[in-house]
Amino acid sequence: MFRYLIRRILWAVLLFIVITFVTFVIFFMGPNDPARAQCGGDQAQPACLKLVTEHYGLDKPIYVQYWRFFKRLVFQQNLGHSYATGQSINQAIGKAAPVTASLVFGGAILWMIMGLLIGVYSALKPRSLLDRTAMVFVLIGISAHPVWIGLIFEYLFGVKLKWTPIANYANFFGAPKDSGLPGGPWQWFYHMILPWCTFAILFAALYARMIRANVMETLNEDFVRTARAKGAPERRVLFSHVLRNALLPVVTMLGMDIGVALGGAIFTETVYQLPGLGRSLIIGVQSNDFATVQGVVVFATIAILLFNLIVDVLYAWIDPRIRLT
Amino acid sequence: MALLEVKDLRTSFHTEDGIVGAVDGVSFSLEKGETLGIVGESGSGKSVTCLTIMGLNAKRNTVSSGEALWKGKNLLDMKPRELRDVRGNEISMIFQDPMTSLNPVQTIGNQLIEAVQLHRDVSQRVARARAVELLKAVGIPRAEGRIDDYPHQFSGGMRQRVMIAMALINDPDLLIADEPTTALDVTTQAQIINLMKRLQEDFGSAIIFITHDLGVVAETADDVLVMYAARVVEHADVDQLFGRPQHPYTWGLMGSLPRLETDLDRLIQIPGQPPSLLRPPAGCRFHPRCPHVMEVCKTTVPELVPTQRDPEHLQACHLDEETKDREAAKLLEATMAKAG
Repeated sequence: MFRYLIRRILWAVLLFIVITFVTFVIFFMGPNDPARAQCGGDQAQPACLKLVTEHYGLDKPIYVQYWRFFKRLVFQQNLGHSYATGQSINQAIGKAAPVTASLVFGGAILWMIMGLLIGVYSALKPRSLLDRTAMVFVLIGISAHPVWIGLIFEYLFGVKLKWTPIANYANFFGAPKDSGLPGGPWQWFYHMILPWCTFAILFAALYARMIRANVMETLNEDFVRTARAKGAPERRVLFSHVLRNALLPVVTMLGMDIGVALGGAIFTETVYQLPGLGRSLIIGVQSNDFATVQGVVVFATIAILLFNLIVDVLYAWIDPRIRLT
Repeated sequence: MALLEVKDLRTSFHTEDGIVGAVDGVSFSLEKGETLGIVGESGSGKSVTCLTIMGLNAKRNTVSSGEALWKGKNLLDMKPRELRDVRGNEISMIFQDPMTSLNPVQTIGNQLIEAVQLHRDVSQRVARARAVELLKAVGIPRAEGRIDDYPHQFSGGMRQRVMIAMALINDPDLLIADEPTTALDVTTQAQIINLMKRLQEDFGSAIIFITHDLGVVAETADDVLVMYAARVVEHADVDQLFGRPQHPYTWGLMGSLPRLETDLDRLIQIPGQPPSLLRPPAGCRFHPRCPHVMEVCKTTVPELVPTQRDPEHLQACHLDEETKDREAAKLLEATMAKAG
């Protein structure tokens, strides 16, 4: 178990270096001029350009720049400052990350609940009316784009029915004083309902279909027949023999999909104007703000690697066959 | 009263291609402590017969009729609750593939303890002690330590021992063993067969032994049921069956047994394939493969009737008894001659 863990961690470190480096290179290759961006675009003064170039070491070879960035990141945990606004990127991410985390984790909980309920139920009653209805829902969920779903939801529940707000974020721990913004847990929840639903639909659909298939397959396993032959009631067969086996692959998928979901969060954040990482990333790209983009990517990379690590450990814990390998 | 009395059992599966009659009018009875062997090729309905008795066929698209009287009560009519009380308690079952028959994410201890606690109101500690006792009885070395291992930490033979321990843990009156040795290698097969014979003496359970291995039947069974294409073609006690087999299909099975002592270039086999149960042949279902086929076989279903000499020896063949005795004698002579 210990060696397994060490190996996973070393692997995560290697991946981290590779991913940050690749991001670094890609942005470097592009037609960007960070110095010009910093100095106010087209009206930039040569003196300013020179100063900025020297300050950030923009004239140095790429590996030297990467090394500077890497050193600062590892030893000072500092992601630097935005080229566009000069704001500390650590601070910007500190503000944006909770928004994205609310969206992704709330969404993940929602999609797991939906996926489990729909998936297990349809597997137990295949070809029933509910199963067929659920599979139509799955098809819609997989085909429809989150931006489209978001707009429909906003119009229907926000504008027409006036059940929910149509945009903006409310801080869970209360809004800053005198800001006039809504805050507190209830407001947070109230503002997040639509984004969660929008965000969760795609994954709920995918998971419902996956869980349905897994449960149906596991129901045909020999050990399920053994459990029935022992005289176990159906409930017990389902919970202690079928589900744990059927959900093993789902745990792996969940770990990977949290990462994929971070990408999906960009759309939802855009539709509902949530000031999360996705929005930061888009603004960063639009304003040639390499430092911000790199900051968001690095942060997201760390988060995803961390989740995968947790999932690996969790997997070893729930599947005894993994432990020794 | 017989322990288990099966009368005219029929099971059919409704598939997209049509109705498959997997079991067609099977009857037999079993006394306490007796061993019944059911032999036949794959797909002859041996397993489905037993799964039907246990109520373990998939509910969807399956229709069963007839009776399976367990101590006088029909298992086929029982409510799910009643049936659950019988399963794993009075009747238990061992399956063909020990590699997949145990839950991979639970320790074998938990699976054994579950089997006890489903039927007995005992504490975890008592159930665990019982589990250790059974693991010792089936010959698992260091049972106290291995009880907390997972199935993947056991070999196939050891897993089948665990399955046997689980089946016997509640002291059942009947043990149904569905090809328990098919998935094991030959030396392990012999060990498992010996183990089951010994345990039967200790536990006194009746056994239904499903197999396609006549050798296993000869070694273990008191009574033998030969099935072909969902029907019983011959039913006799083991000495009668091996001493005076009455059905051409049984002859075929015996003729195809390889023997160590003889030098054969190739094994003798029954020509052709078992028929599809979707559209079984008319008349005697064995007629397309039978070397003794007559016109009557193609149109009339032979009834399962006693032979003239032995009212307990049932067979379903149109041939006259004289011919059958002659053929049986010839077959035995040939095997003896081969054995030298």
